Amino acid sequence: MDLSRKDMLGIIDLSREEIDLILDTAESFKEISTRKIKKVPTLRGKTVITLFFEASTRTRTSFEIAAKRLSADTINISASTSSVVKGETLIDTAKNLESMNPDIIIIRHSAAGAAHILSGLLEQSIINAGDGAHEHPTQALLDMLTIREKRGAMEGLKIAIVGDIAHSRVARSNIYGLTKMGADVAICGPAMMIPRDIDQMGVSVYYKMEDAIRNADVVMMLRMQLERQERNLFPSLREYANHFSLNRDNINLAKDDVLVMHPGPINRGVEITPEIADGPHSVILEQVTNGVAVRMALLYLLSGGRK
Amino acid sequence: MKLILKGGRVIDPSQNIDTVMDILIEDGKISRMEKNISISEADSKDNIEIFDLKNKMITPGFIDMHTHLREPGFEYKETIRTGSEAAVVGGFTSIACMANTDPVNDNRSVTEFIHKQARLAAMANVYPIAAVSKGQDGKVLTEFGDLKDAGAVAFSDDGNPVTDSGLMRHALEYACSFDMPVISHCEDTGLSSGGLMNEGIISTQLGLPGIPGIAEDIMVIRDISLAGFTKTRVHIAHVSTAGSVQAVREAKSAGINVTAETAPHYFTLTDEALKEFSTNFKMYPPLRGSDDVEAIKKGLRDGAIDAIASDHAPHSPIEKDVEFEYAANGIIGLETSLALSLRLVHDGILTINQLVEKMSVNPANILKIKKGSLKTGSDADITVIDMNKIWTVDADKFRSKGRNCPFNDWEFKGKAVMTIVGGDVRYADSEL
Repeated sequence: MDLSRKDMLGIIDLSREEIDLILDTAESFKEISTRKIKKVPTLRGKTVITLFFEASTRTRTSFEIAAKRLSADTINISASTSSVVKGETLIDTAKNLESMNPDIIIIRHSAAGAAHILSGLLEQSIINAGDGAHEHPTQALLDMLTIREKRGAMEGLKIAIVGDIAHSRVARSNIYGLTKMGADVAICGPAMMIPRDIDQMGVSVYYKMEDAIRNADVVMMLRMQLERQERNLFPSLREYANHFSLNRDNINLAKDDVLVMHPGPINRGVEITPEIADGPHSVILEQVTNGVAVRMALLYLLSGGRK
Repeated sequence: MKLILKGGRVIDPSQNIDTVMDILIEDGKISRMEKNISISEADSKDNIEIFDLKNKMITPGFIDMHTHLREPGFEYKETIRTGSEAAVVGGFTSIACMANTDPVNDNRSVTEFIHKQARLAAMANVYPIAAVSKGQDGKVLTEFGDLKDAGAVAFSDDGNPVTDSGLMRHALEYACSFDMPVISHCEDTGLSSGGLMNEGIISTQLGLPGIPGIAEDIMVIRDISLAGFTKTRVHIAHVSTAGSVQAVREAKSAGINVTAETAPHYFTLTDEALKEFSTNFKMYPPLRGSDDVEAIKKGLRDGAIDAIASDHAPHSPIEKDVEFEYAANGIIGLETSLALSLRLVHDGILTINQLVEKMSVNPANILKIKKGSLKTGSDADITVIDMNKIWTVDADKFRSKGRNCPFNDWEFKGKAVMTIVGGDVRYADSEL
């Protein structure tokens, strides 16, 4: 089976089979990163551009390492050094890049739908590395890979996603992915951070942390970013931490072998206490490791590779 | 010069006429309307033009009471010439244009300039709507009296809501002295600010900040309360929600002097259309849900909504070919409004007579302009419609400078085939 699509814009339109294919492929690529010589010639001669309009260390580095381990040539463009500051439009930037014949363009942008603009405009494969609060498909895929590794499957697992759901692309992509894979997804946060009608996406909604994480197999904490939210959304980080952080008391409500996940970067002491982030349940750094494997798999599959 | 329109079905709700008749036009006025007007010997072929309009509908000229013509200030988006040319091609003999130009139409010189440009264009009649507040900044009222003298027909800060309820009260009260309507763009900015589309499952899926329907409802209810309290009248612009329709309906039955318009996109499209992030579906108020669409249709049918207006809002690709959140609000409508509205007739939601009321008679009454009727002696402003003409939208061929049309490539049944303004044929379909 191969992934017969040009782009990876979001989890919303992926089938269960496609998700399995990507995760299987990622699993087989994981081993490469543990070799002494961490490089295979699979994408030699291919050019991969990362086009980041938002600051990112982890995701951009992860994509770059993934591409390099497959021997692709990588070029990184970040908004601060690109022509964006000169007032060039996204469409003009994209057309200029296209003229240099890359094979894959990976875009992160603060505006929802930015990857869709490139997808409709360019011949190249487009990978969405996060567009506004819309989708972040590779994050959801690496999260699913991590859960699958630890639990064998996602079917029937109770998974709580806690935090600012309204502003979270990670939450949306995970909701699409995890519900497709048969998990029982609970979302939780203060009501002003729960977007309207989200129950129609097949999740149960909680406004109290304790209700959401009770008997959970997985608790996924989201990064709280008050500075990125509109005015008057929430009183203070202190208030947030008092009611919506994962800590040594409330984690006991979850299953004994609960997995604690976080897409990073962590606000220690806000949404998660240090002893939980660093504790035995945490798989946060394994998520990062799996990020490279999932991105290798996607670069490979979108380049026409077969499992 | 005389014109005779022969054999068309004349629909004039202002006189309760719906029958096949001939119309004689002389000196820019309707001079006779009879079953069979014969051409006398005295009329040589040179000074009379005869149009055979069998199987066509002849109606009082359509009036679009809510357009943005962008001149002065944004001539790269539209001019009074291109906008009024788009109007006659779309079947409109008269249009009213909003005040959010640069400079804002908040003083006599801008109102007079608009009239002058419209005269030079010699296409549709153009009626300037002046700002409620100076600079449309919601603080100080404009000089209503002077603006009326200069030829303004209404007051509106459209594009911006009048957030200060006290100022809105004064505007409604003072407009009474001149018997002119205040047109309200209803938006509670505390609820809408930062929003990019209707709030609901689609905005949640797309991760776009939502604008709840109640951001409109609350202001509609405020304006109705103000109109009731001050015993004045108010006109609600571009109604998009079920809540607004219900509020207007209840206010009318309570005897409050409120009128309302909606735009064709609000009874045609829902927020589902935004799923691909196309900026040609981005406007304010935003496309709503299917319940709202049904409520708008019901409101049109039962009279809660008085008028259909396009909210023609041309933008250039500079404002539209960008990321969704950076794109300007608004779509063009002058050249699709009639066809979209005729779908309501084809679908049995409105009779053709009701449609003529919503798009000609009622707008004329709301704006208090002497239009919307084919009575003998009135201006010969006439729209001729072929209800069965099949055509496909090609936005590249629009007379408007705007290409921000969500209906490109749509196939329609029904079209204006002739537009007569003051006895002058300003548009005729090539098939006529």
